[in-house]
Amino acid sequence: MKDFTVLDLLNLDLTEHDALDLRCLAGRPGLTRVIQVPDLNRPGLALGGFFDNFAYQRIQIFGRGENAYLAKLALDNSYDNIRRFFRHQIPCVIFTHSLRPSEIFFRICEESGCPLLQTGLSSSDFSARIIRVLSNIFAPRETIHGVLVEVFGLGVLIRGESGVGKSETALELVERGHRLVADDAVEIRCVYGNIPLGSGANKVIGHHMEIRGLGIINITHLFGVGAIRDKKQIQLVVEIEHWDSNKDYDRIGSQAATTEILGIQIPYLKIPVKPGRNIPILIETAAMNERLKGMGYYSAKEFNKSVLKWLESENARTVYLQNTDLF
Amino acid sequence: MTEKQVTIKNRAGIHARPAAMIVQTAGKFASRINMIKENETINAKSIMGIITLGASYNSTLTIQADGPDEEQAVEALCALFDHRFEEE
Repeated sequence: MKDFTVLDLLNLDLTEHDALDLRCLAGRPGLTRVIQVPDLNRPGLALGGFFDNFAYQRIQIFGRGENAYLAKLALDNSYDNIRRFFRHQIPCVIFTHSLRPSEIFFRICEESGCPLLQTGLSSSDFSARIIRVLSNIFAPRETIHGVLVEVFGLGVLIRGESGVGKSETALELVERGHRLVADDAVEIRCVYGNIPLGSGANKVIGHHMEIRGLGIINITHLFGVGAIRDKKQIQLVVEIEHWDSNKDYDRIGSQAATTEILGIQIPYLKIPVKPGRNIPILIETAAMNERLKGMGYYSAKEFNKSVLKWLESENARTVYLQNTDLF
Repeated sequence: MTEKQVTIKNRAGIHARPAAMIVQTAGKFASRINMIKENETINAKSIMGIITLGASYNSTLTIQADGPDEEQAVEALCALFDHRFEEE
C-alpha cells in the first residue's frame, strides 16, 4: 500500500454520513507526515507529564477536556509538557468541536512541524467516523484477475484463465439486466473484518470491458447507469474452465465448496465450458440457488431427503404386500 | 520463475495501444505472466488489467513469468519496453 499521509486524510472524498469536516489550521509543511496506525489517542496523560507508553504514532485527538486542561496549563504558564509532547513524531493533532488552541500552542506546534487540524464534529462522533474510515483504508487488499457482476443482488466473482470467456459471460449477464462492478482487475478489500468488498481497481477508467473482436466498450454508455455498480460484496466465486473429460465435476451439489480470499471463506463453484452450455444462465441459476441456501433451503439436500423418504415408504409397502401374500 | 524490472520510456505511458501490444506478445506464451507495479499484480494477458495499472512515464514495473517458456516471455516483453512500443 502507498503511504497514507495527513494530506490524503484531508483530501478524502467522503459522503455525508462519513464526512470528517477537517481543515488545517497550522503546520502545513507537516501534511506529508505518514499515518501509520489506524488508531486514535486522547493525550490527557501525556499533557499531564506522563509519557510512559505514550502512543505518539497515533492521531492525537484534543476534545473539550484536553482543551480545558491546555487552558489551565496556560494559566500556570507551564508549557514544558506541550513542548515535550511535540518532540515526538506525531502524525497530526486534531481539535474537535471547532476548538482553537492558544497562540502559544500554535507556535509550538508550528515549530515542531506537526500539522494542526480542526473538525466541527464532536469527539465521539469524530472518533467513530475516523476509525471507520481508517479501518477501511488500512483494510487488507488484493487485486484479483476476474470479473465482478451483481446477479439478482448477489455479488458473483467470475474467475478463470484469460480467453476462457469471463468478459463474454459478464456481457451476457449485463445484457440480461444484471450489473457490472469491475472487469479484469477487481480490487478486493476486507472490510469490517470479514466482508470481502470488490470494486474496480481504477475509478477513472472503470466500467469498461474488453471483448475479443469488439475491442474496448463502455458499459455505462451502452447499457445505462442501471447496468453498473461501484462496489459489491463478493458472495459467490464461480470459476469457469475448459471442459476436462478426465476431471470429475460435482454432479449433485450437496457439498458446499468454498474458496479463500483475504482469509475469508466464500462459496465456490467450478463450471466447465463446453459448446451448448450457456454459462450466463448457469451463473444466474447458481446465484438464485445460493440465495435459496441463504434462506435455509438446500435444493440438493432437500431432494435427497425426499428420495430417502420415498424409499422408506416403498420399503414399508413391499413389506406390507409380502405380508398380505402370506394369507 | 523469471523476473525482470523495466522502466517505461515512452512519454505517453501505457495507454491502449501499448497495452494491446503487451497482451498480444504475452498471449503467444504458455507461461503465466504477471506485471507488478508497487504491490498491485496484474495478469499480462488482460488489456483492461494492464491499463488499470496506470503505468506512466518513468515508472518501474516488474515482469514476472512462470511456466515452460518463462525466459523467452520475459525477454520478449522487455524488448517491447526497450523499443518504447515504437513510440516517442
